[in-house]
Amino acid sequence: MSSHDEHHGASLRTYLVIFGSLLALTGLTVWVAFHDFGSFNTPLALVIAGVKGTLVVLYFMHVRYNSRLVWVFAAAGFLWLMILFGFTFSDYLTRDAAEATVQDVPAWPTR
Amino acid sequence: MSAQATSAAEPQRNYLNADYGIKSWLLTTDHKRIGLMYLLTMTLFFFLGGAFAVAIRLELATPHGDLVESETYNKLFTMHGVIMIFFFLIPSIPAVLGNFLLPLMLGARDLAFPRLNLLTWYLFTIGGVFTLYAVVSGGVDTGWTFYTPYSSTYANTHVIATALGVFITGFSSILTGLNFIVTTHKMRAPGLTWFRLPLFVWAHYATSLIQILGTPVLATAILLVGIERLFGVGIFDPKLGGDPVLFQHLFWFYSHPAVYIMILPSMGVISELISTFARKRVFGYSFIAMSSLAIAILGFFVWGHHMFVSGQSVYAGVVFSLLSMLVAVPSAVKVFNWTATLYKGSIQFSTPMIYALGFLGLFTIGGLTGLFLATLAVDVHVHDTYFVVAHFHYIMVGGALMAYLGGLHFWWPKITGRMYPEFLGKISAVIIFLGFNLTFFPQFLLGYLGMPRRYHVYPDEFQVLNVLSSAGASILGLGYLIPMAYLVWSLKYGKRAPSNPWRASGLEWTTPSPPATFNFDRTPVVTTEAYHYSEELGAPRTGTDVREVEIV
Repeated sequence: MSSHDEHHGASLRTYLVIFGSLLALTGLTVWVAFHDFGSFNTPLALVIAGVKGTLVVLYFMHVRYNSRLVWVFAAAGFLWLMILFGFTFSDYLTRDAAEATVQDVPAWPTR
Repeated sequence: MSAQATSAAEPQRNYLNADYGIKSWLLTTDHKRIGLMYLLTMTLFFFLGGAFAVAIRLELATPHGDLVESETYNKLFTMHGVIMIFFFLIPSIPAVLGNFLLPLMLGARDLAFPRLNLLTWYLFTIGGVFTLYAVVSGGVDTGWTFYTPYSSTYANTHVIATALGVFITGFSSILTGLNFIVTTHKMRAPGLTWFRLPLFVWAHYATSLIQILGTPVLATAILLVGIERLFGVGIFDPKLGGDPVLFQHLFWFYSHPAVYIMILPSMGVISELISTFARKRVFGYSFIAMSSLAIAILGFFVWGHHMFVSGQSVYAGVVFSLLSMLVAVPSAVKVFNWTATLYKGSIQFSTPMIYALGFLGLFTIGGLTGLFLATLAVDVHVHDTYFVVAHFHYIMVGGALMAYLGGLHFWWPKITGRMYPEFLGKISAVIIFLGFNLTFFPQFLLGYLGMPRRYHVYPDEFQVLNVLSSAGASILGLGYLIPMAYLVWSLKYGKRAPSNPWRASGLEWTTPSPPATFNFDRTPVVTTEAYHYSEELGAPRTGTDVREVEIV
C-alpha cells in the first residue's frame, strides 16, 4: 500500500465542512417535507438523499482519494441503484395506462 | 514442475495434516480448510432441505391431504425452499469449490482477506442457526419468497427468526463476493493475464459482482418486512398505506439474479470438466468468459417477469418480457460453445463428465422452458403452476446441483488426496440423472394441465403424474445417498490420489494432492493460456513455469 493510500488526503477541516453540509441538507429535507411541491415531492427528497449519499461515499468512505478501479466499483453501486429505481418506476408510473387498457375489456359476465 | 514430482504414496505435509484439533479448524484462515467447513455445514443443510422434500413428495403421492394438514404442508415447502436456496444452492459452489480453488487457480497463497473469509463461515453458520431455530420451534409458512402483506402482517409463524437467518447469511455472501473480486484483481500469478484465467475464475468473478450488487437489496427488503411486522410501519401493507408489489420489486431485484449466483459458478465448473474430459481447449473461450459477465449484468434487468400477474403495469410486463428473452442469449452462447468443445474431442466418460453432460441437457431444458415463462401470454396460463416448479428445478437441481456434484467429484482427489470408486461414481451419476428426470419431467405436464403449486390436495386425474414424480424422487434420493456414502468411505479407504489424476491443465493440478497450507512452494509464472491441451493424447502441457523465487 503506498503512502498516498494511507494518508487518504482529507483534512479535519474537510471532514467538518462535509459534516456541516450533511446537517444542512438534513435541515433542507425537513423543510422540503413541510412544503408541498406537488409531483416534485419525491424527486426532491431523492435528489437531496442522493447528494448526501455521494458526499459520504466520496469523503467519509475515502473513495475520492482512491484508485480509478475503486471509482468504477463505487459508480457501479450507484448505477445498480438507478436500475432498481428506474425499472421499479417503469411499473409505478405506467399503472394508469394499464387501467385504461383494462377498462376497454368487456365486463365479466355475472350470473 | 517441482510440485508435480511429489509421489502419490508419500505422506506429505499438507493443509490437512499441518495442524490438528478443533481449534485448528475453527480459527483457521486457510481458504482450503474454510472450504471444507462450508462443505460439511452445507451438506447438513442439503440433507435437511432434502428431508422436507421427501415429506412433500410423500404427501403428494395421493390426491387427498392425508399425511399432513394444509398449514404443515405450507411449512414444509417453505422450509424446503428457504434451506435449499439460501443455505445450500447460493453458497454451494462459490463457498466450497470457489473458496478451495480460486487461490489455487490464481497461483496465490490464499484469498485476499483470509480472516474475512473465516468470518463469512461464521455468519453463514449463525444465519443457519436462526433458521434451524425457526424449524424446530414450529417452522415458517410464507413460502421462501416471504411475500407481503402475508409475511409482514398476517403470518403467525416464525417469520422474523427465518428472515433474520437469511439476512445474516446474506452478509456472508456479500463478503465472499468481495473477497473473490479483490483476489482476482490483485493476486493473480505473474503472467496470468485476464484472458489466461480459467473460465471457473471468470464465472466466479461474475457471480461475485451479483452477490455484491444484489444481496444488499434483499437485506433491505427483509429489514423492511421486519420493521413493518414488529413496529407496524406502513411499507408493504395496503391497510397501513403501503404497497405489497414494492416488496416483490425489491425481493426479485435480488432473487432473480440469485438464480445466476447459483448457475454461473456451475457453468464455470462445466467449462473445466468439458475441456478436461474432451481433452480440448474450450471452444470460444472469450465468448464464454464474456457471456458470464453478460449474464451477471442482464440478469438484473429481468426481475419483473416474476410479477406478470401481480398487478405490475402492462408496460413494465412487456419490457421485462423482452429483456428476459435477452438473457437467454449469453446462456445459449455457453451451451453452443461447450457442444462445439465436445466436437471431435477425445471424450472420456468419467464420473465428472457424466455429470457435465447431464448438466448440458437438463440446463438446456430448464433454460428453454424459461423462455415459455418469459412470454407474457403463456406465463398467464402457467404462472404459479407445477410448470414453474419443474422449470426452476431443472435449472437449480439439473443445472446447479449436477455441476456441484460433478465439480466435487472432479476436485475430490485434490481436496482430500483420495480417489473415489469410479464405478460407483458413474452408477450414481446415471441414477441421479434418471431419478431427476422422472421426478421433474411429469411436473411440466402437471403444470401445463393446470395443477397449481403449493397445494397438497389435488384432483384425482393428476395422481398418476404425481406418483411418477414421487417415485422419481425416491430414486433421486438414493442417487444422492450413494456418493455421500462412498465419498466418506474414500476418505479412509480410497486410493491415494496423484497430483493430477485427470491430466488436467489447471494450475491447481500442479500442486500435490492435497496441497500444502500455502499452496505453492514457489510462485508459479504462467506463460500460456488456460486449457492448453496437446494435440495427441497424452499429458497436457501444463502451461506454467516455475519462477525461481521463493515466496517470502
